Formats: sequence, C-alpha cells, structure tokens
Amino acid sequence: MEEYKPPALPSPFNNTIPPPILLTQGAEAHLYKTTSLDPSIPAALKIRPSKPYRHPILDRRLTRQRIISEARCLAKLIREGVSVPALLALDWEGHGGPEGGWGGAWLMMEWIDGPVVRVVLEQWEAWMKQNEGSLDESQIENEEARVRGLLRKMGSAIGVLHKAGIVHGDLTTSNLMLRPSADAGDAVEGTGAPSLEGDVVLIDFGLASHSNQDEDRAVDLYVLERAIGSTHPRSEPLFEALITGYRDSYKGASSALKKLEDVRLRGRKRSMLG
Amino acid sequence: MIAIGMEGSANKLGIGIMLHPKDGSAPQVLANIRHTYVSPPGEGFLPKDTARHHRSWVVKLVKQALKEAKVSVDDVDCICFTKGPGMGAPLQSVVIAARMLSLLWGKELVGVNHCVGHIEMGRLITGATNPVVLYVSGGNTQVIAYSSQRYRIFGETLDMAVGNCLDRFARTLHISNDPAPGYNIEQLAKQGKQLVDLPYVVKGMDCSFSGILAAIDGLAKQWGLGGEEKAREDEQKTVDSITADESLEGKPTRADLCFSLQETVFSMLVEITERAMAHVGSKQVLIVGGVGSNERLQEMMGIMARDRGGSVYATDERFCIDNGIMIAQAGMLAYGTGFRTPLSESTCTQRFRTDEVFVKWRD
Repeated sequence: MEEYKPPALPSPFNNTIPPPILLTQGAEAHLYKTTSLDPSIPAALKIRPSKPYRHPILDRRLTRQRIISEARCLAKLIREGVSVPALLALDWEGHGGPEGGWGGAWLMMEWIDGPVVRVVLEQWEAWMKQNEGSLDESQIENEEARVRGLLRKMGSAIGVLHKAGIVHGDLTTSNLMLRPSADAGDAVEGTGAPSLEGDVVLIDFGLASHSNQDEDRAVDLYVLERAIGSTHPRSEPLFEALITGYRDSYKGASSALKKLEDVRLRGRKRSMLG
Repeated sequence: MIAIGMEGSANKLGIGIMLHPKDGSAPQVLANIRHTYVSPPGEGFLPKDTARHHRSWVVKLVKQALKEAKVSVDDVDCICFTKGPGMGAPLQSVVIAARMLSLLWGKELVGVNHCVGHIEMGRLITGATNPVVLYVSGGNTQVIAYSSQRYRIFGETLDMAVGNCLDRFARTLHISNDPAPGYNIEQLAKQGKQLVDLPYVVKGMDCSFSGILAAIDGLAKQWGLGGEEKAREDEQKTVDSITADESLEGKPTRADLCFSLQETVFSMLVEITERAMAHVGSKQVLIVGGVGSNERLQEMMGIMARDRGGSVYATDERFCIDNGIMIAQAGMLAYGTGFRTPLSESTCTQRFRTDEVFVKWRD
C-alpha cells in the first residue's frame, strides 16, 4: 500500500516559508500550523480539501457552505465575547489544486498555545493511577476538586456558547483547549500533579449551527457526556460539576438541562424496520 | 459441511448451497440461484404478491439448486434461513419452507440475520479482513464496523433506505423494474450531464433521503418528466437527440435527474463512510447490498479510499444482491460455533438489528 500524501496546499500556502506543518487529519479537514503576516506570529490553518469523488459542482457547493458556516459561527462568537480562536482569514475558493484550479477552501485562525482538555485529563488520570496508593483521602479529594473546577469552567464556557445562540455539534474533550491564563501559577505546585489551570477555549466549529432550541443544546451536552464517559472513565463521576457550571452560566440553562434528562433516556438507536 | 441457504426477505427468492471443506480450505459455492418478483413499471412490490411469488417458486428452486450442486439431501448438514430484517409476508413464506424441509429431511435449522449474511459473504468473496462496511440496499442503509464480537452500526439512515429512494424515483419516471429499478436508473444516469440542485442531508454519521426524494419528485413534476408517456418517448429517442434536447433550454432531462440523484445520494454515503473510516482508523471499505453493485458508487468509494491510502472491496450482482449463499455462509459460520435454531424458535421478524447478533466466529 502506498504512503498517504496529503493533497497539495492551496495558494499561498504552497510557498510559505517555513511550510505549514500538518497537525491532524480528519475525514473532512486537515489542520496545519502556519504563520500569519509575520513569521513570528503562529496561526492555525484549517483546510477543507476538495473531494475528488464528488461532482465538482456539488463539491464546491458543500465545501463553500461548510467553511462559510464555520466562519460565521466563529465571527459571531467572537463578537459575543465567547472564548474561541479569532478568525484571521478565509478563502472558500482556494486555488492551487492539482491543475492550479480549485483546491479546496481554507480558514485561518488564531493559534491557541495550550493543550486540549483530552490530553490534560489523560495526564491527570494517568498521574492519579500512578500515585493513588500514596495519596491520602484529603489529597484525593483535593485532586478531584481540581478536576471539578476544570469541568465547571468547561460547563460555563459551553453555557456562554449556547447563550450566544450557537450549538457546537461535536463537543468532545478534543475540541476544548486550555489557554494558559495571564495570572499563571498552579495551586498545587510541588506535588507534581499536572496543571489543570487556564481559560477554556472552544475550537472546531465544523459541525456547529445556529440554534436556540433546548433539544440541540441538550444533545450537545449529551455528546460531551458520552465522550467523557468513553475516554476519561476516572473523570466521569465528576461530570455533575460541568452541569453545575453550565446551570450558572445563563438564564435558559435549566430548561436545556431538563431536556438533557429526556435525551439521556432516549438512547441513541431505535430499532429499524427492514 | 454443506448448508442450504434460503433467502426471501424482499422481492428476491434465493437458494444457495455452500460447502465448507472439512480440511479448512476455502469455502465453495455449489449453487446460487435466484428468482426475482418483478412488478410492472410505476409500481413497487407488495408484500402479499411477493409472498405468493416465493411460495410458488421455493420448491422448484430448492430442487434445481440440489441438482446444480450435485449433492443429495443426505449430504446437507443444516438449513439456514433469513430470520430478518425484511418484509413480513415474504419472510414468513420462506421460513415455512425452511421448517418444512427441516422436518422432512431431519436437518437442523439456523436462523440468520440478513445484514450479517451480506457482510460475511462480502468478506468471503473479497478477502477483506476487517473493513468498514457500507451496507446499502432497498431496505437498509448502514455504515458498520466490527468491534468485540458485534457488527456495530456507526451511521445509518434516519428515514428511508437509499435503495428505496432510487426505486421510488424509478416509479415516478416509470422506469422498468426489470432486472432492477436501480440498475435501470444507473444506465439512464450514464447519459446525464447536468447536475440539478438537490438537498444534501448528512447529520454526523447519519443521513436522510426522504427530503431528497420529495425534491426530485417535485422537479420531475415541474418539468413534466414523470409518467408513462414520457417513459415511452424516452425509449424511442436515441442518445443524440437526448443530448440535443438538453442543450436547447437548460431544462433537465430524465437522465439528468437520475444522474443528479445518484451523484447526491452517493456523495452522502461516501462521506459518512469516510467519517467512520477516520473514526475507527480503518483503510478498507467493503460495499455490500443491492445498491453496492452500482458501478458509480464503487468508483466514488474507490477514489475516496485511494485518497486515504486504502482500498475498496466490492462484489458483483451475484453476491451483492440478495442471494441464498450469503445466508448459507453466515449460517454455517454460526453453525460451526454450535449455534442452532430450535424449531420452536424458528420464527422471523421484520426488525432485527445488525448489532443484535453475537458474532462468535470472529475474534
């Protein structure tokens, strides 16, 4: 089997120095690290390459729709003061594909210099597993209180997002980042426990949409709950803290949380006919 | 080991005979015959008519299959039948035949999930070891991946099956149901050039087709392209005159509509399959089910898989479209692990999810 080669970058990224570094590849988009304006200013570049299996007209229509929708969500959230990466540039008709023509769409965003919550929680869970034996009850409680604090911050960040009239559509711990805050300094320095400090930043609005419905908000929370359950079993029992953070973040939160109860009961799959 | 597989969950009645050599070498297909109930253009197949068709053909087909396979009744180890999912009446007529044979010959019964039958047959024929499976037919649309003894459903249709969407549009256009409406749409689509705008409905890993059908039915009506008369006109036209027609006023032709419908729904299917592949980290795709024999779908899936550094596995109509050997194959795998369906439990069901089956024969 031949080695995978990512598709050619759209112009001007095909001749920036240094070249953009591929960070992750999803089904839909590739994420690169590049620079904006000045080589010293890092930026995140999200490229939605054209999909050659699709009819070109359909491909352009979908790629354009999706990248613009993502950009609109980001722009709106920035205006509303929600903690998301700033939108720097956008081209829904990127050039420089194989024949110098249509090469997909791209979106450039502010570089968030921090870890994703998934990594932070994984580190914490690993550290806990390693040190569980040597920690006394009050220390364990203290550690769990720190995670509760993080979850509460996550909850209120999601609440602020929903208040702004946007639902994320794909909330996982990989789509939440921690930006080191200005007043850095971890509370538990010295114990070696991983830091859980920082401001929560929401990223990846590829599946986001405008909605003020409790149903959509509840599904957002449910998806995150399931994601935490499957990737962070140690943190799952503390999920209630996220709910608390969410409840206090905006006025309509309690009706969305009521809906969450229904969504949980519903389960994902109905039995399907033939 | 030799098994007879009996399939009749929709309008195809299939009888297959499969041999699993004792020495563990590759399984052999001894017979694979099928008889299809074809309804007139503009109509779908109704359960009661389809059941009648199955009842009147099943004995003939079993006899013919045994003759073709050159095996006697004594050689047969078990009788596998489709337990579900599918249409109630046709399923019942086949399960009754299976029970009868079981009592008559003193053979054990094995109830098989239709979807698992498709998957196991596809794996056997193509040699794909652990693929993401796209199962697309007139009754089902699912993206499936195997994980710890279950075929898990990653994405599926939220309303109708993709094959159903194509079949029903064929009815709108009065396209012949012989050999299959989907096949005739595929042929007509090859002449289509102009892409009309249709809804595109992907929600996460799920998709929906009913809105697309309503939209394209609306377009057919708007341009006066549906109905019997137009179908007859179309038959008389040559390819050239159709192309000439189109260049006249930018009005879509019947072929354009088929083309646009295929391009849109297949893009949706490839997209959700790609998501599942990215999610589970697999590079193989297997397409099974009747719609899986569509060459355009196979081509699109191939391009997607190639761009991900993987490959697509597909089979032709003998194994893609409902058949008896797939039931025999899946049944025999279960039979090999000691699975039996006692007579008292030899029922059938319209609802039988792929992930309900405990897949004991895989690690």
